[in-house]
Amino acid sequence: MSLITTLARMEAVREGRAQPLTTVRHRHLSERPLAFVPLTTAGETGAPLGALVGTDRDAPRLLIVAQPRDRDLRFAFLAELAEEIQPYLDSYGDEVELEERKETDPETGKKVPVQVELCQDAPQLLVPSTAGVAFVRLLGRSMRFRRTAEQDPETPFPAPARVPLLGRWLTHYGERARVPGSCLLLSLTESLSRHWATGQSNLEDQHLGSLLAWIDPPEGVPGAEAALRAESERDEDGRLRCPPAGPATDPAFDNKLLAPAMSRYDAARTEASQGVAGGSARLRLAEAELRGLIESQLRPTWDALWRGVDLLRTLPEGARVADRWKRDRWSYTGHRDRVRAGEPPQPKLDDAVTAAQKLAARETAQAQLDAHEALDDPLVMAGRRLAGEAFAGEVIDVEMAWSDAKVPRPRPLVTIRTEDRPHLAERVKLHRVTADGRAQSGEFAGHADLDGADEADGSDEADEADVAEGQGDAEGQGDADGPAGADGPGRALVVRLTGGMGRGKQPEPGTVPEKGDRVCWTLFEHAPRGGPELPDAESTPWTHGGPPDTAAPAQSPQPDPMTEEDYL
Amino acid sequence: MIGADPAAAAAHPGRARAAEPFDPSAAAARATEAILHDTLHGADRGVVVDSPPGAGKSTLVVRAARELAAAGRRLMVVAQTNAQVDDLVDRLATADPDLPVGRLHSSDPHPYDPVLDGHESVRASAKIADLAGLDIVVSTAAKWAHIRHVEPWRHAIVDEAYQMRSDALLAVAGLFERALFVGDPGQLDPFSVVGADQWAGLSYDPSASAVTTLLAHNPRLPQHRLPVSWRLPASAAPLVSHAFYPYTPFRSGTGHGERRLSFGVASDGSGPDRVLDEAAASGWGLLELPARRTPRTDPEAVAAVAQVVRRLLDRGAVAVSERSDEPQPVAADRIAVGTAHRDQAAAVRAALAGLGVSGVTVDTANRLQGREFDVTVVLHPLSGRPDATAFHLETGRLCVLASRHRQACVVVCRAGVAELLDEHPSTEPVQLGVTVKFPDGWEANHAVLAHLSEHRVAWRP
Repeated sequence: MSLITTLARMEAVREGRAQPLTTVRHRHLSERPLAFVPLTTAGETGAPLGALVGTDRDAPRLLIVAQPRDRDLRFAFLAELAEEIQPYLDSYGDEVELEERKETDPETGKKVPVQVELCQDAPQLLVPSTAGVAFVRLLGRSMRFRRTAEQDPETPFPAPARVPLLGRWLTHYGERARVPGSCLLLSLTESLSRHWATGQSNLEDQHLGSLLAWIDPPEGVPGAEAALRAESERDEDGRLRCPPAGPATDPAFDNKLLAPAMSRYDAARTEASQGVAGGSARLRLAEAELRGLIESQLRPTWDALWRGVDLLRTLPEGARVADRWKRDRWSYTGHRDRVRAGEPPQPKLDDAVTAAQKLAARETAQAQLDAHEALDDPLVMAGRRLAGEAFAGEVIDVEMAWSDAKVPRPRPLVTIRTEDRPHLAERVKLHRVTADGRAQSGEFAGHADLDGADEADGSDEADEADVAEGQGDAEGQGDADGPAGADGPGRALVVRLTGGMGRGKQPEPGTVPEKGDRVCWTLFEHAPRGGPELPDAESTPWTHGGPPDTAAPAQSPQPDPMTEEDYL
Repeated sequence: MIGADPAAAAAHPGRARAAEPFDPSAAAARATEAILHDTLHGADRGVVVDSPPGAGKSTLVVRAARELAAAGRRLMVVAQTNAQVDDLVDRLATADPDLPVGRLHSSDPHPYDPVLDGHESVRASAKIADLAGLDIVVSTAAKWAHIRHVEPWRHAIVDEAYQMRSDALLAVAGLFERALFVGDPGQLDPFSVVGADQWAGLSYDPSASAVTTLLAHNPRLPQHRLPVSWRLPASAAPLVSHAFYPYTPFRSGTGHGERRLSFGVASDGSGPDRVLDEAAASGWGLLELPARRTPRTDPEAVAAVAQVVRRLLDRGAVAVSERSDEPQPVAADRIAVGTAHRDQAAAVRAALAGLGVSGVTVDTANRLQGREFDVTVVLHPLSGRPDATAFHLETGRLCVLASRHRQACVVVCRAGVAELLDEHPSTEPVQLGVTVKFPDGWEANHAVLAHLSEHRVAWRP
């Protein structure tokens, strides 16, 4: 946790209210997202109990599994879920725009521009918590390898239509959610805690109810108290007023209310199947009771989710969010194309090359997200400055200089007065965005003294670094009682511009900052490059087990050998 | 394989000593011969060499490179950082001024150490085509990964292979037919800034170390070990060996008394002076500040570190070692300060500048890897912390910090770390298929603390 986040959390405790970590919204929010609030059955991995799903906050569709241990009912649930989600996912697939992309021509081996389709928008799934994201992944995994009767007439337990397809989409969304900054599948707890710091721990922030209680407490109630109420207050039936955001349920609810209702349902079902008089009426009654119970646990979370969406919408969207959403649109379009091309479902395990590619892509995405957020948001940038990864200040001197090359290139020296303390060393690369949005690079060329005399550590730059000479009147000398009071009026840093000045011998107008300008340099790159190209899967080297065996694509590890202990 | 391996025999010094006095030079030479034999004449595509801190890994790499080149095998050398590459090229060119060595570098400005331009047989270029035909080409893994469409090299040496990530090896392994992998398993593991749990337990987990993946797929490759640390003094090798390499012990190349540290100026009785005297006498010193929870850049601890360094210089420390007959002064460039975090290093640098000290290396464990000094001053990673996270407990971090010195190591720490450790047992999830690493950071930290507590100087600044 960064220093500024720690500070914000301490302030939140003192104020009794969550404190903003950002000034803009760093996540894309669709105009018509699909919310999905699932619940699972205790004690059985991945057995759904119910869900609220839909795009209309006032009219969610309630799906339940009255007896989660009954596989037929579970399949019926999944089929209904697919009926609800799949049309939504498909509805974005046909509105496309054309984009130009460079692709390698298979004949000539040259990169040629081609026109490809890019969906204009993409469907967005919202779940309440990170556990919900994991459940989406689990559902995807349990569904995508199923076969429908249409795909395989011989299959003994055919899955309802659309179920395997939804499994592939949920897998895609679950996998995409691992990419930093991606927004196809968002969890509300994560999105909210990115934008606000509460006075509780990260772990406690996983509870959507108490997170919202800190961010938006009822009038006159301190956040801590509101959060405690959200976590523990129960109604007269012993139900939590703010049940856990799932997919796990409250054990007290399970034991006291759900289990007896389920027993009544089982009994009624047996009676109905035996043709006992009034059995089917009792079955309907029991099922209605279960629906009511499950909905009572889902609805508060559903409403909380939309409340969270409202809170996020109060923030204006960051300038670079649309760029990242475009990558999500590419991701959606790519999967749409794979489904349409009839490709098989995603494999159970990644092969060596795919795993390495995914890791590299996510690391690039993380670096890009960190840079984007800082550039979009002065409050985030303040955190980076506090961490010594950036500095901002006023230009107090500019001296033109040129490189020694045959064709001299402009290498102006810019002196900046700052109170930040960046972790700089000689020739550290620096980056900034110019006023008109272009990228400029530079390197640290040494310290200058605010009085005009050089400090000794300019080393070979010493001759050039005396740019602050004549700056005896250096602004801010009287600033000693500012935030950096004890350290005097800050420091003067010299940056040599190395790029972003056009191609000529003279820098293009407006590309070199002028005296008096406020500038912000970062030590991190703004558009980090991806890693190197990796070999094709077919040429996986011997160090990584050679090419994957395509004859046995399942690649599942051999079961452990039987040992003596197995027979104890 | 292991049984017939002379390196393995030498690695059981207890047994060796029972028969004859342990001769470090002979043991190291036997290990080196076995490694070179397997590399030059073995049938396997790979050879793995584990090297404890300061065991002559660079010397081995230089020697293996020269012998492979002499045998007419085109050789590529993969190191992890530009500094390591420059150092290696410099060593190669110094060892054999006529050996044609290529330094493949990036297209950034100032891509390599200008000292290489002083070697006539070294050619530096950003393009591999310019270096074609040279016996040896050296570069970083990141640069090699961009090389495409070339004839594979007959042989490769992968240096610091335990710090290389599996996906980096995947990107370069197609460039060579056979390889010698050299590294220190006890130092910091490679890491990823994003979660990689979904691949944990897979043999080719891209976030694992290159050696882990290599051995998972090629379990029968010959593995060797360098048995003698030439860097660590006799006072340090047993602790580092016991705490970080409990199943693969090594010994110091020098005996007790062969290295000595002394001061021209007597102690003034302050905490820093007393801990320096303790470290000079025993090789270890623990300057213990009162227990307190602090921010990372604990001003008192940072000031204490700076004062220890200041006093070390002021008191005119001189070191006696096997390297020269005359005692050598311990100048600033022979001193390092190690921290866990970059902001701590920055704070120490500022504090040292405030005391008028310059020329002392101050860096994080990650950046001190592979470096060597006479005296090190370490700000303990857990000092003043309210919790013990996986980062701060990492075995490799402590191992790097505790194994950079030739003479003595002073650790500055708040009291209460032992209790902190007891309150924070390791809670990392156990992943199926992942070999549990021994010792874990918790155990290693306790072992080091227990030893340091015998050399404790309590001080209230």
